[in-house]
Order: sequence, then C-alpha cells, then structure tokens
Amino acid sequence: MSEPTHGSTVEQEEVVLKDTSDHDEIAIETTGPDGSVLLEVDHVTLRFGGVVALNDVNFQIRRGEILGLIGPNGAGKTTCFNAMTGVYTPTEGKIRFKGTEIAGTKPHKINQLGIARTFQNIRLFPEMSAMENVMVGCDARHKTSVPGALFRIYRQRPKEEELPDNGIRRAFAKVFGISRHTLEERAGRRRSMELLRFVGIADRAHELARNLPYGYQRRLEIARALATEPELICLDEPAAGFNPAEKEDLMGLIRRIRDLGHTVLVIEHDMKLVLGVTDRIVVLEFGQKIAEGTPDEVARNPKVIAAYLGEPDDAA
Amino acid sequence: MSQLTAAYRGLRIGDRWDAAPKPVRWFGLLLVVAFAYYLPYLNILPFAYIRTDLTPSGSDWASVLFLVVVYMIVAVGLNVVIGLAGLLDLGYVGFYALGAYSIALFGSKSSPVVEALQVKFGLSEEWAVPFAACIPIAIVMSLVAGVILGAPTLRLRGDYLAIVTLGFGEIIRITARNLDGVTNGAAGITQVPTPPGPEIDGRQFFNTIDAERWYWLALTILILIIWLARRLEHSRVGRAWLAIREDEDAAAVMGVAGFKFKLWAFAIGATLGGFAGLLFGSKQQYVEPNAFMVQLSFLFVAMVVIGGSGNIAGVLLGAFLLTYLPERFREFVEWRPFAFGVALVAVMILRPQGLVPSRRRAREFEDRRHEAEEAAADV
Ligand SMILES: Nc1ncnc2c1ncn2[C@@H]1O[C@H](COP(=O)(O)OP(=O)(O)O)[C@@H](O)[C@H]1O
Ligand SMILES: [Mg+2]
Repeated sequence: MSEPTHGSTVEQEEVVLKDTSDHDEIAIETTGPDGSVLLEVDHVTLRFGGVVALNDVNFQIRRGEILGLIGPNGAGKTTCFNAMTGVYTPTEGKIRFKGTEIAGTKPHKINQLGIARTFQNIRLFPEMSAMENVMVGCDARHKTSVPGALFRIYRQRPKEEELPDNGIRRAFAKVFGISRHTLEERAGRRRSMELLRFVGIADRAHELARNLPYGYQRRLEIARALATEPELICLDEPAAGFNPAEKEDLMGLIRRIRDLGHTVLVIEHDMKLVLGVTDRIVVLEFGQKIAEGTPDEVARNPKVIAAYLGEPDDAA
Repeated sequence: MSQLTAAYRGLRIGDRWDAAPKPVRWFGLLLVVAFAYYLPYLNILPFAYIRTDLTPSGSDWASVLFLVVVYMIVAVGLNVVIGLAGLLDLGYVGFYALGAYSIALFGSKSSPVVEALQVKFGLSEEWAVPFAACIPIAIVMSLVAGVILGAPTLRLRGDYLAIVTLGFGEIIRITARNLDGVTNGAAGITQVPTPPGPEIDGRQFFNTIDAERWYWLALTILILIIWLARRLEHSRVGRAWLAIREDEDAAAVMGVAGFKFKLWAFAIGATLGGFAGLLFGSKQQYVEPNAFMVQLSFLFVAMVVIGGSGNIAGVLLGAFLLTYLPERFREFVEWRPFAFGVALVAVMILRPQGLVPSRRRAREFEDRRHEAEEAAADV
C-alpha cells in the first residue's frame, strides 16, 4: 500500500488563525441556522451527594447559533457539559438532542449522535501525534473494525482518482477494488490535515500532542472534536490562559466553526470574548440559571452584574 | 550523554531502517527470515556458540528454538493486550493452557472426553477428533474464554483487572488438575496428536526427534501472526487501543467504543495465547496442569515489559532473551531466579521503556530528559 508521505508535505502555516479557503471542503451536512431547537436541557438537576451542581436548569440550543454558557467558578458549567455528553447522568430532568432523549446514553453513542466537546483541563492523547489525535476523531465516522483491518474486506470499486499510480497496484485495484480500510485511512489522513490547517496548527502535525505548546494543544482539542463531524460542538473554556491576541484569533475561529454549519456552545469567562462572539448567553450561578438572552440583555441584567461583581474578567 | 546515546540506539536503528529504500528493506527482511529458517543447522564458528547443545547436558537446539518461537507468539498476543490496549493481564497462561488442553482433550485417543465420545457413538478405540478440527476448537475455546472473562471484567480498571485475570489463570490450572474425569487430573493427557504430514523413514513428519520441523512450522505461523498484528496496529483499531490506553474517558467522548475495542484486544490476545498453547501441547504430545503455573504468566508479562511494551520487535526480543538465555546457560541453573531478578531490576532502572521501546515511548522518554535538562539549566 503506498502511503502518502506525511511529514515532508506539511506546509508551514502561520500560527495566527486566518481565514483559509478550505471551508466548504470540510463542511458538514446541516440544516442551517433555521433557529429550530437542536438540544434541549429540560429541568435538569444533578447532585453529587450533598452538592447540587445543577439545580433545575432549563435552556435550549438552536441550530446554527453560538450560545455562551457563563457563570462564576463552580457554577456548574462543566457539569452541564458532562451531563450533555454522557459523562454524568442527570439526577432529574431530561436532555433531548434532535428530539431524542440522551441522558444516560453512553458517551461514544452520544458522540455518534452528533455532539462533540473539548475539555477545560486539556485531555488529548499525549503519546499520539497531533495528526493521530485528529484521526481518532475521524474514526468516529468510520466503520473498519478488526475483520476489516485484518483481512481488508468490504472492497469497493475505486474512482479514477483513487487508483494508485504504480502499474501493478493499479491493475490490482481495478480488478479487486480497494478495501474500506484503505479508503477510510486515506480520507482520515486528508481530513485530519485539513482540520489541523483549519485551526492553524498544521506545521506541527507530526509531533506528539504532549510536546505541543499550550495554545496548540487547545486548538488540537478543537480539531479533534470537529473531526467527529458534530452538529453541536461544546467548547469548555477554549481561551483559558490565552493572551488578548490569541483570544481575538479564537473568536474568529469560533465564528468560522459556526460558518461551517456547526452549532457552538461555548463556556467562557472572558466577558469581552463572550459578548463579542455569541448570539445568546445563558448564565449559571450556584447551579441555577439566573439569566438568558442576547449579549446586550445579559450584560445589562442586574443579577448577572451582581454575580460577576468583584470577579476579574479572566478569573479561571 | 552516553546514557542518552545508549537509550536511543534502538530508536536510531529503527529510523535508519525506515529511511532505507523499499527494496533494501525487503531484502534485509528476507535475509533475516532466511537466517531464522536456517538457525537449526547453524554450525559455523563462531556463530555456533549460540547453540544450546554444545555440552552433552545441553538442551536440544531445535527444541529451544521452537519454544522461543512459541513464546514469541505469546508475546505478540500479550502485547496487543498490554502494550496496545493497556490492559494488565496477569492470567495469560490460562489461555495458553486452554489451547493446549483443547487439543489434548479432543485430539488424544486416551483423553476421557474422546473415550466418552467413542462409547457414546460406538466409534473405534483409535478414533479421535482430527488435528485440523482441533485447531478451530482451540481457537474457539480460548476466544470464548477471553470473551467470558473480558465481558464482565473489562469494565474494571487497572488493578482490579490484574487481580481478576491473575485468578483466572489459576482457576484454569486448578480446574484442570481437579477435574479428574475430564482431564485425567494431575496425571495429564498423553498421545496428544501432532499435525498430519508425510511419513519419512517410517516416522511421522512431525515427531519427537526432528524438532526443527516443529520450529519451522511455528516460525511460519509466527510470521503470519506478526503480519496480521501489524495490520491491526496501523488501523482504526490500533488507534482506538492507543486512545483507550492514553485516556479512556476522553476516547469515549470522541466516539471510541471503549468496551468493544478492549474486548477485541482481549479476545485477540486470548486466541493467540491459545494457539501458542496448542503448538506447545502438540509438540510435547503430553499435557499436564503443572506446565501452566502462574509463574509462566509473570514470565510472559516480563517478556513484553522487558522487550518494550507496544513494539513488536521489542517483545520478540524479550521473548527470545527470557527463553533462550536460561537454556543456553543451563549449567548455572541454580542462579536462574537470581539472574532473572537482577536483569528485571536492571532493565527497569536503566531502560524503563524496555530494551527496544516503541518509537512513541522512546520519544516520550527523550522529551522527559530534555525537560529535566531544561529545568536543571533554569536553576
Ligand atoms: N465529580 C464530582 N464530584 C463531586 N462534586 C463535583 C463533581 N464535579 C463537579 N462537582 C461540583 O459541582 C460544582 C460545579 O462544578 P463545575 O461544573 O466544574 O463548575 P464550573 O465548570 O462552572 O466552574 C462544584 O461545586 C464542584 O465541586
Ligand atoms: Mg468548568
């Protein structure tokens, strides 16, 4: 099997995020920002023993929007993500995604339904390269399992451009087709590279994730989540530890993610960033929703101002 | 610095290998394989010193080679479980025993199981399940055992899994010893069948004297298994295993069906262990419970860890060293446990990532050193 030589072909990409032209290449199928409800958190309560992390929380995420989830430290934002992605099961209440009840569903099943996330405390696969990390994400949409990988079954008739150049291999592929494994590996590699370029870290695609600088790791998490082709992507404090310039870049990236057709839910502490990039905001405090509305409405809400009083902008 | 160079010699050889043009690599590989097949006849000095039969009390050279290859199959299988999926299986000998017992119970004319079948179906006393049919039986038995053991226990984490599997290995052995009516208990089962083959000089092709034939058979199977294992490693399945090993929860959120892939790793490991056991039992033509003591499980784990967990070349080397060295230096037999302990401690101190680490692990090791050096420079 002639492997595309990755490693030498990686173009140097500017660190600063910029608009790339391969948007439509990695666009996913979506119903567009029609405002219909994509995910519904329906009166969810979640307790850890005596601690009430979420108390009767109720909000909706609409297709195509960027929704901000904000609130002081310990307000229950991450817990809310965990409930939505199957890590925790709500004590009470329901979570519906595209009308299907998902509370209690296994995390990998929820991912298949179309929800992906990043982690507040970065959780990459440290001993795998950046590219491999993203390929694990791509694998979520692939089907090859042990029989397919071992025996290269499920052969498909290749398109003209998929045929290898080498004469013998070409003839072989024409007669016997190309296995699903091979086609998926190729597609995964191609898409991973596109995504790394999209988030602006393609120049270090083949380094181990643990060696990447902090900012790269944060972006790699986003690329890995995008690779699973989610309809809803949840970003847990993606700008934590970023300087103002990096935050600016990240805002651009979040908008571009939405432009690809993903719905975005973002937890963020930096008010400037949140107000600048979101369409709507939900505010949590002590596990309860205290406000919801457009950035303007929320910024003027006295409860929100009170909750944030004395909280520096970038409190972690 | 010299330590550093020593630590990466394995890595650099690997890189040089990768950088070589394809025909060169194929030719190199061909040479290695040809040499491996030639090994039983090795008689040119000074290379002949590696033989184990130089003294009258030495072990039969081809038989040692055979055992080395059987343990290499074990190591490749256990590497899938420990090295790739990161599941600590301390009862691997259980699968090895199951493979050996499958062929003994169904293939031997004198096994209680076959005798019962003879009576029940009025078959002749010479009848037994043919060798070829014993292979799928052994594979299915170990695979099913792997799934039965794995299905409830793979939801456990780390230490718990180690304890449960440790128990499993012992249960298989003790059951084999106590189930007199089925396994002949401690007496064991004789007349375990050998693979069919043409008769030469009035003897069966696979017999107790011409051990090199067994070695060639096992070597051929090993090569096939390595080829298949590499296919798995460089696929969606291999990536899923690594992701699970690295961070199981994050993998799950990224859509990796953790339980399914862990069960696959376990089942594949079990099958390979069982297959190795089948080869072993068939060559011995005799299977008894004492051949499957818990120490063997530890030896298997040591092969993987010493050689370089996660790297096929590494675990092959581990299997070779831990099988071959004790046979070569039989005259120091009373020193064996001591030498084994010292070697284990030395490797863990000097090369914690194994003798031939996976490239991934070696890189990690290198980074840690750089980090340490940088930290030292900062002070
Ligand atoms: N696994 C857990 N066990 C016990 N308490 C938890 C757990 N996870 C979160 N909590 C508690 O739930 C509350 C909300 O936490 P979290 O959702 O992480 O807040 P935020 O992300 O808004 O800063 C905190 O009081 C925290 O201590
Ligand atoms: Mg949080």
